[in-house]
Amino acid sequence: MDLHLLDAAPTAEEREAVDALLGEPRSGWEGGVRDESRDAFTAAGGQEVRALRHLLLPALLAVQARVGWVSEGALNYVCQRLSVPPADAYGVATFYALLSTVPRPARMLHVCDDIACRCKGAEELCAELERTVGPAYHAPQGEHVDLDEVPSGWLRSPCLGLCEQAPAAMVTVAGPKPVERLFGHADLAGLSRVLKGDLAPSLEPRTRLWQAGDPMLRLLRRVDVTDPTSLDDYRAHGGYEALRLALSIGPEGVIREVSDAKLMGRGGAAFPTGRKWEAVARQPVRPHFLICNADESEPGTFKDRVIMEGDPFSLVEAMTIAAFATGCEQGYIYIRGEYPLAAERLQNAIDVARARGLLGRNIMGVGLRFDLEIRRGGGAYICGEETAVFNSIEGLRGEPRNKPPFPVNVGVFGKPTLINNVETLVNVLEILLIGGPAYAAIGTAGSSGPRLFCLSGCVTRPGVYEVPFGTTLRQMLSLAGGVAGGRPLQGILLGGAAGVFVRADEIDMPLTFEGTRAAQATLGSGVIMVFDDTIDLVPILLRIAAFFRDESCGQCVPCRVGTVRQEEALHRIHAGRTRGDMSGELALLDEIGLAMKDASICGLGQTAYSAVESAIKRLRLFDRSVR
Amino acid sequence: MFGAGGGTSSYREVEETDVIFLWGANARENHPIFFHHVLKAIHRGARMFAMDPRRTASAQWADQWLGLNVGSDIALANAMAREIIHAGLANRTFIQRATTGFDEYAACVERYTLEVGERETGVPADVIRDAAHAYARADRAVICWTLGITEHHNAVDNVLSLINLALLTGHVGKYGSGVNPLRGQNNVQGGGDMGAIPNRLVGFQDWTKDTEVRARFEQAWGVKLKPQYGLNMTQMFNAAERGELHAIYAIGENPAQAEADQHRTEHLLTGLDHLVVQDIFLTATARLAHVVFPASSSWCEAEGTVTNSERRVQRVRKALEPPGNARDDLWIISELARRLGHDWGHPSAEEVWNEVRSMAPIFAGMSYERLEREGGLHWPCFHENHPGELFLHSRLWNDPIVGPSAPFSVVEHDPPVERPDAEYPFTLTTGRRLDSYNTGVQTGGFTSPLRRGESLDISPEDAERLGVLDGDPVRVTSRRGSVVAPARLDRSLRTGLVFMTLHFQDEVRVNQLTIDETDPKSGTAEFKACAVRVEPVSVSEPATTSAHGAVGHGG
Repeated sequence: MDLHLLDAAPTAEEREAVDALLGEPRSGWEGGVRDESRDAFTAAGGQEVRALRHLLLPALLAVQARVGWVSEGALNYVCQRLSVPPADAYGVATFYALLSTVPRPARMLHVCDDIACRCKGAEELCAELERTVGPAYHAPQGEHVDLDEVPSGWLRSPCLGLCEQAPAAMVTVAGPKPVERLFGHADLAGLSRVLKGDLAPSLEPRTRLWQAGDPMLRLLRRVDVTDPTSLDDYRAHGGYEALRLALSIGPEGVIREVSDAKLMGRGGAAFPTGRKWEAVARQPVRPHFLICNADESEPGTFKDRVIMEGDPFSLVEAMTIAAFATGCEQGYIYIRGEYPLAAERLQNAIDVARARGLLGRNIMGVGLRFDLEIRRGGGAYICGEETAVFNSIEGLRGEPRNKPPFPVNVGVFGKPTLINNVETLVNVLEILLIGGPAYAAIGTAGSSGPRLFCLSGCVTRPGVYEVPFGTTLRQMLSLAGGVAGGRPLQGILLGGAAGVFVRADEIDMPLTFEGTRAAQATLGSGVIMVFDDTIDLVPILLRIAAFFRDESCGQCVPCRVGTVRQEEALHRIHAGRTRGDMSGELALLDEIGLAMKDASICGLGQTAYSAVESAIKRLRLFDRSVR
Repeated sequence: MFGAGGGTSSYREVEETDVIFLWGANARENHPIFFHHVLKAIHRGARMFAMDPRRTASAQWADQWLGLNVGSDIALANAMAREIIHAGLANRTFIQRATTGFDEYAACVERYTLEVGERETGVPADVIRDAAHAYARADRAVICWTLGITEHHNAVDNVLSLINLALLTGHVGKYGSGVNPLRGQNNVQGGGDMGAIPNRLVGFQDWTKDTEVRARFEQAWGVKLKPQYGLNMTQMFNAAERGELHAIYAIGENPAQAEADQHRTEHLLTGLDHLVVQDIFLTATARLAHVVFPASSSWCEAEGTVTNSERRVQRVRKALEPPGNARDDLWIISELARRLGHDWGHPSAEEVWNEVRSMAPIFAGMSYERLEREGGLHWPCFHENHPGELFLHSRLWNDPIVGPSAPFSVVEHDPPVERPDAEYPFTLTTGRRLDSYNTGVQTGGFTSPLRRGESLDISPEDAERLGVLDGDPVRVTSRRGSVVAPARLDRSLRTGLVFMTLHFQDEVRVNQLTIDETDPKSGTAEFKACAVRVEPVSVSEPATTSAHGAVGHGG
């Protein structure tokens, strides 16, 4: 390839981090020691090396974890190893927020200032940090930075997926034994200690599942009940019964049960799962790939994290069943980079399952072949879009692809791919255990089965709740103990940042696909974020707008430009400096929103105006100003 | 190949093949359009092997780079052949049915063990073995080569050694397998097609051997044909040197800068009684001419056809009137004939083409109307209903074969004439870059962001030993001449090997350095290998060419 490698050389640590992943370089051409008698006359490369492109992101993440940032030398070395042009790899490295191509201190604190945490004082916390510790870290441009002088720094972060323990933060410590820890209930004292190197405050215990042990639970029945690291405990609580049943009824049988269950995808798009499985199973092209989309990044969403942390084996089992049904031999769990504990528990579950013959070449002794690999994201919301997941796994920038072709035909590595969300997959266990028709009887006619909801913001008991479809918003609120402090409800953000605000008088809305559709709302990823009367929603809207502007991948114009224009208009409104009168600004927002909805190639741009629009039109947020 | 002067495969087959040998061909830079077809194959999963002393841009795309010593191609090919034979991978059925001379060939390659191959080429034995196996085991495989094979004193033998590999494995005459010289211009193939070579008439017909051909042409043209071949360019200059050749009519050729050993060429050109140059630019050769015919630009100011590397004849249409006094080549030639007493009238391009069709069976079916309608046709195309042939020599797969067998050729390794020694310790190999074309006549007129000007490309290790930094001027001296150029450190070069182009002959006359050792069979000079000395130059010395007066040509 036309590599145009740089002159920069890696440090010993950087080399070590990359070699730990890729093995020792085979020649001087790959950055190893030049053997004049051989390297002067031959070099290997081509298909074999280019096939390793999918290791680009893992290699960059390895350097980041080891050194704290990706220097030119490290980038160049990775490129030399993988036969990727540095300009190309730079495009990938700069795509992900958790990767830094400028010097960054080894110990970094990522403080969530997104909407749920904002309800719990995240903005004030950041202000206090600025006052006491100093401003958020910013690498000096073009100057030499001596990182020994700067041991730590902090950054604002978009939603970390720990909304029930808001305000949330994540600490990363680069080094030979890197530390990554997500923690909640952050306060100034704790954060200051972490910044100074005392990581004890990041070890605060997690909030337990409020419904833990409730016999009604189907998806969460083992969370906070079993030991998430123990396969035996998992099996003692019904684990791997579903796989045994699946093997007995065969792949067509499994797909029939899933279809009969009328299971709909829980990632947000609500596509019938059985149809997707059948389409992949039918594809004559081989191999088929299975991907679990665990890039749970929709602000306010944390249900998948709770499953992966609390019951990781269930996901491994569910994926094995999906692979069996659709003819996949290789699966990936694409998990967001901000979920270190979930990744660790899943890795343990995979390792244990493999050691016990529940993954690998001969699963359960029946000759079933399937293996699983975890791929961690690098901090990019867009990588939750299914085709962006493919690009990210393949080592490209995580930009969504045009559809068609659809993933069932041309997915990751150009092969037929089944991609499902964590919650969707875990439902399959229940379907097999009770049978498709019995499952279909749960919930409503149009929305079958149990559903997980993420309650956050101003509620008494924030957390994940499992209920049958059809439960109303009002019931959900009371399940979580109502609005915190008994304050009046101002509105609820339903479905996440890409969802819609609903009014206090709409809370009898049944939470079903059809019910929310009728109310021109959406369940999205199951977010129920509650705002009481004390919350100023305009800064919340600004944060949402900033989020989309930041997370837009930039490849299509309506979204790249639209998200910027939307944020600018909201800033003008917020600052009371509207161009012309307010109605003009609102008309402009509407026009931008329409353009994004109609012309963006993926869901990000298509829904970037959704929350803002509902705040304007349902909550009448700016009506006072209009008057 | 095998009597037909063209590559055997179509581009589509290259895209759909499994193994590609790019041998002495930096197609990424020098055949960028063809390389797109290679890239399609690569993206489909084909494996590519690059045989080139330099790890070129093409070689960086390769599954394996075989960085053989300059001029050791036959040693490499023969070592592969021996390995293929000994590993039982030779296509015995094909060899028996379609070829002759296998036993002599097998006996010849027997001494080229992998160890001998490694010793002569520098390429590790296991790498030679793997490449041989990949080629022999592939369902489909093509060999493509260019000047890295042909710009040697034993050019034809080099080509034959590659054809031997194809015969040995049966990788010829079937879809996706073939042997292909890549053409450096849109119409290099067409020049040969039309008989602009000294040993064939239009359509690659040999009038000296085939009496039917000779009779046909003599009847059509109403003249007696001399029963021997004409002279190739090298032979012409040798004849001029001997005083046997007195006049040259050069059409679209710039020998003053393109030929090896420039001093000698210039000397011979200026010594001619009469030099006529027909060109679209006032080239260095034209400046020496007695008469210059300004010609039209054939791709936009003239009607006609071109033939590309896949033997596809395509129409070229006139879009512009030639500027000033420039005239269509056809007009100039007809007019010249008329004034010399042969009035041919002024035939149109189509009329000339129809004469070509009537005289050369391989073009017989290609009317202008069909070329237009079908977007070009592959030769041979014998009649109006013949679709043209995607690939050549399918006859070799008929049982029994149709027509003559394909002969193996016994060829032995014969290193470059001039090898490095204590006085001239470097091997200089010349070539081309993406942004420029040959002597720069066609590319020097516009700027390119990629163009760096001439440089002496040298390995970082050698540069360090010489105390030379990137960009420092160095003097490059061969037994024939000496030039000064900035050094450019290039990791794709190993120690002892340096590289220059021939693009900037007005500034740096690289062909003063090259050796005029030509292949007796093809007349091509050994531009790819000569011995040079490299010395740092003090910055004050101007970076220009200086003649090396003390040494005569030929060394």
